[in-house]
Amino acid sequence: MTLITQILNGLQLGSVYALVALGYTMVYGIILLLNFAHGDIIMVGAYVSWIIMAQLGLSPVLAVFMSILACTLLGVLIDKVAYAPLRNAPRLSILITAIGVSYFLENGAQLVFGADAKVVPAYTDINTIEVGGLSLSFTAILTIIVTAISTIVLTILVQKTKLGKAMRAVSEDMGAARLMGINVNNTISFTFAVGSALAGIGAVLYSMAYSQATPTMGMMLGTKAFVAAVLGGIGSIPGAVIGGLLVGFAEVFVSAIGLSTWKDAVVFLLLIIVLIVKPTGILGRTMNEKV
Amino acid sequence: MAINTSRRGFIKMAGAATLAAGGASVLAGCGNGNSSSDSSTIKIGVLGPYSGDVAQYGLAVRNGIDLYFEQNPQIAGKNVELDEEDEKGDATEAVNAYNKMVEGGAVAVLGDVTSTPSIAVAQQSVNDNIPLISASATAADFVSYGKNAFRACITDPYQGKLMADFAASEGYKTVGTIYNSGGDYEKGVNDAFVEEAQSKGINVTTQQGYAAGDVDFKSQLTTIIGTNPDVIFSPNYYQDDGKIVTQARQLGYKGVFMGADGWSNIVGGSEEYASAADLEGCFYDCSFVAENPDEKVQQFIKDYQAKYNEAPSNFCALGYDAAMVMAKAIETVENDGKAKYGTDDYKQAIIDAIASGSVDGVTGTIKYDGTGDPVKPTLVITFKDGKQSVYKTVEADA
Repeated sequence: MTLITQILNGLQLGSVYALVALGYTMVYGIILLLNFAHGDIIMVGAYVSWIIMAQLGLSPVLAVFMSILACTLLGVLIDKVAYAPLRNAPRLSILITAIGVSYFLENGAQLVFGADAKVVPAYTDINTIEVGGLSLSFTAILTIIVTAISTIVLTILVQKTKLGKAMRAVSEDMGAARLMGINVNNTISFTFAVGSALAGIGAVLYSMAYSQATPTMGMMLGTKAFVAAVLGGIGSIPGAVIGGLLVGFAEVFVSAIGLSTWKDAVVFLLLIIVLIVKPTGILGRTMNEKV
Repeated sequence: MAINTSRRGFIKMAGAATLAAGGASVLAGCGNGNSSSDSSTIKIGVLGPYSGDVAQYGLAVRNGIDLYFEQNPQIAGKNVELDEEDEKGDATEAVNAYNKMVEGGAVAVLGDVTSTPSIAVAQQSVNDNIPLISASATAADFVSYGKNAFRACITDPYQGKLMADFAASEGYKTVGTIYNSGGDYEKGVNDAFVEEAQSKGINVTTQQGYAAGDVDFKSQLTTIIGTNPDVIFSPNYYQDDGKIVTQARQLGYKGVFMGADGWSNIVGGSEEYASAADLEGCFYDCSFVAENPDEKVQQFIKDYQAKYNEAPSNFCALGYDAAMVMAKAIETVENDGKAKYGTDDYKQAIIDAIASGSVDGVTGTIKYDGTGDPVKPTLVITFKDGKQSVYKTVEADA
């Protein structure tokens, strides 16, 4: 029973990381930008849920929709305001801008909401599901299912639709894509919208599981998800999921054998080992440096 | 990629350092400048973090102290002058601020608030033999440097031992613990609890640690629940405790939780960190709770509400009591009239008066029994239908 619960714990934690890693990977895949503000978008999503449920007393369903909507809009807004003007600037400028945006969101949230944790009310009354004498966490199961669905939808979107084709084209060669009549800016905005919507879903699932919103909650979550994305091969959708699950399982496994204070060290050690053996990550494709 | 992560971390740190430095230079000008020390006033230093990471504790203690001296502006007919200095949670700043107060003519100091700066100030204050009372420094070492340092709160090991004795008296046979293994407070309480529990014949099935900033405790909790204990002991701060209780319930744990005074704000403040149903029947110890029907406590809450328009916390009550212990001791010395204000004899007389006195504070009757640790009653709090209530009062065994 303990083993099954631990596997479920690993799956849940891994799914949250995977969902966030997908957002990293999407944006990186297209414009080679490490969007460090991604974790902080999740933080904003959690606060939106808190405002709607705890402050305004409105329904959880509305909170879910508004969190996802707010994250999506915020992601597009950040792209338009902070990243779009730097489209042709050196890679480093845009990276520094991303760090600036991350700071802005964290400190802005602290100014508006205060440094103390806010409690996001429960979205649902269902706590546990009893299956054959086992009590399984409802949130865990929901998280795993939602992540699986998101991954499938995302894969179809990128591989089978016209927009997905445009995204892949932009990622291959921005200039050539423009010549082929693809609206590059719209495609990039769309990518940000999708990545940030995933962050919104992540925010809801995170709040459901951990029920607290703090201004800096996106920092460690973002870093771990970034590790997951790199581990799996940044730019690859299945890679992000594999990386996320791997990081989640590693953490749970290390905790389960009684070394819980070592779990962050193990995660980063894992990253180092994978990068030494396979520098592009598990499913990463070899990238040719454009000169 | 790895390089990028570390670069980000570095930039963040550098940014934080710049911010901290900027804040420091702005705040440096805010101390009390005047130092007129004639013998018609009594000057008391008040030291704590009023900005920075731990400001919430410093401000709460200061509110309690200010309330006391607003109600009692005079000691033995002399006006009290407070010299309040911000040390921003930093040990070096604390020692500097302390030196400034003493040079400014303070005859006694109320402070510090958190453990690390308090220890630095305690070490420094031994040389001056200045009476020092901390409302909230729980680290054992704080009172170990000289006879001049006292505290109003109970210590970490004392709480751990007390809760272990309580667990034994409630008939619990097995217990698992989860604690922040990087925190002095959490580890201090946990270790004392485990030692006492084992000596009382309670089987400690497992001790699980976690790191500061963790939000997912399910793996550790699964291990604990797997050992099927009667009680889970979680001596952490309320934000973590809230998550731990909630996640354990999600994992299907139906037993009791016990904690220490870090639980104090888990409900009843601006936020409810765990639901009423999840907390039902859990226990923690503390010296102050708003639900205490005691008349003194209720009067204090009313006065505090009137002045600050918010509910007082444990820290406010301890600040109030620390101020009271100090004021009563100075009053004794003043009424006695033997020692001249500001002399070394005067300071020694205050220290002796604190050590031999007994004060009826809002956190109980406070006495000192040859050490700087108070002998005072401790409340065991329980939760019923979402409300906290005093389950029992444990008198100090002195």
